[in-house]
Amino acid sequence: MIRDFAIVWSERDLLLSGLGNTTILSVLSAIAGLVIAFVLTPALMSKRRWLALAVRVFVDGMRCVPFLLFAYIVYYGLPSFGIRLDNWSSGLVALTVYHAAYLAEILRGAWAAQPREPLEAGVAFGFSGPRLFRRIILPPLLLAAGPIIGNQMIQIVKDSAFLTIIALPELTHAASSIQSRHYVPFAAFITAVFLYWGLCLIIEAGVSGIDRLAAARR
Amino acid sequence: MGMTNDMAVLDVAGISKRFGDLQVLSDISFTVTRGETVCVLGPSGSGKSTLLRCINWLERPDAGQIYLNGDRIGINNGGVVMSDRELSRVRTRIGMVFQHFALWPHLTVLQNLMEAPVQVQKRPVAEVREEAMALLAKVGLSDKCDVFPARLSGGQKQRVGIARALAMKPDVLLFDEPTSALDPELVGEVLLVMRELAREGRTMVIVTHEMGFARDAATRILFMDRGRVVETGRPERFFVSPDTERARQFIQRYAAG
Repeated sequence: MIRDFAIVWSERDLLLSGLGNTTILSVLSAIAGLVIAFVLTPALMSKRRWLALAVRVFVDGMRCVPFLLFAYIVYYGLPSFGIRLDNWSSGLVALTVYHAAYLAEILRGAWAAQPREPLEAGVAFGFSGPRLFRRIILPPLLLAAGPIIGNQMIQIVKDSAFLTIIALPELTHAASSIQSRHYVPFAAFITAVFLYWGLCLIIEAGVSGIDRLAAARR
Repeated sequence: MGMTNDMAVLDVAGISKRFGDLQVLSDISFTVTRGETVCVLGPSGSGKSTLLRCINWLERPDAGQIYLNGDRIGINNGGVVMSDRELSRVRTRIGMVFQHFALWPHLTVLQNLMEAPVQVQKRPVAEVREEAMALLAKVGLSDKCDVFPARLSGGQKQRVGIARALAMKPDVLLFDEPTSALDPELVGEVLLVMRELAREGRTMVIVTHEMGFARDAATRILFMDRGRVVETGRPERFFVSPDTERARQFIQRYAAG
């Protein structure tokens, strides 16, 4: 067993590059997903019924599709419509769009739970449109929903593992090439598990940082 | 159109508002001249808060006109309902104080005061900060400038709410039951600030149940019942010898309670 881990250690460059790619994928998707959610959430809360309904259909639809299937559709399905993305772009698009739907729904829930008066004060003091959302509505949402958003970030990290099926050289892909090359499945995969765990710990540290900010304002 | 006299800061003409089957406001008209403190009194559900919310178009009136220093609110020169952006510009000239304070929880006290002047009115940060600190001194909260609203008492929150409204240098201040959500022992500190503003000759419309304050500080009483202005007059006359039976009953009930 020690020998197995020694083999994994000898392949550490491959693992670390996988870990790096997983981190890049997750960070980019998390940021892009949040930005998209910042657009989707006001649409979900919009008084324009058709807009709210259209976005609601997208969000609910996304949340009911298994991520693996969605990644297949983006990578293998879209070329039938003339949209051909390489594995990196496909992976990023799939991860981002999929989790943007969840993030939008998380923010919508937090918004619905907010007291109405501070928002109304924003309107009364001359805020409107994107500025009202950005300056008055959004900050309390992010503080209130911090832990749930953190949870979703962890979900993003874990879902990125599926992208091994479109040959994206992320962490799971690296672990599985080490195991197939040297036949050390346990050592390779358990090492990957611990590296994923490390990523999640970093996210949780970030969440507790946000929570401290929120606690001062509660 | 444009029946505003020279001194009228606020001119409300024939405002009506209906929620479903409920006629909340019926043909309300009044003007507020510069430096006046108008107290709007009346039983619960008489439409007082809705009236305030119609003035800055937080609620859109079904009929009637509102002028602020001669400018029509809500309808632009082309006779079309204003866009959100146009409405926003007008709203910065109307300060509002809310029953439940409505401070922005993610901003400190000082940031609450500076937010709209800097972000909406685009005034220079240094100037706004200086004025905001002066306003906090005025309401007795200089030492709380870096504190978040959640750490304040209700009375302190409402004093911040008033300072925040003043920071926009509005033409008129609207108060929507500013002491109704406060513990009785905290009401006094807020009324003290409001009395001071009345003495300074700020133009204010105040919806309140504080009869003592209305009697001492108001220049005029607007008495509402069931969505109508039933009676209006100077407080010394209104409280001693009201014209209407409904006002008389209302005063008696509050004097007793």
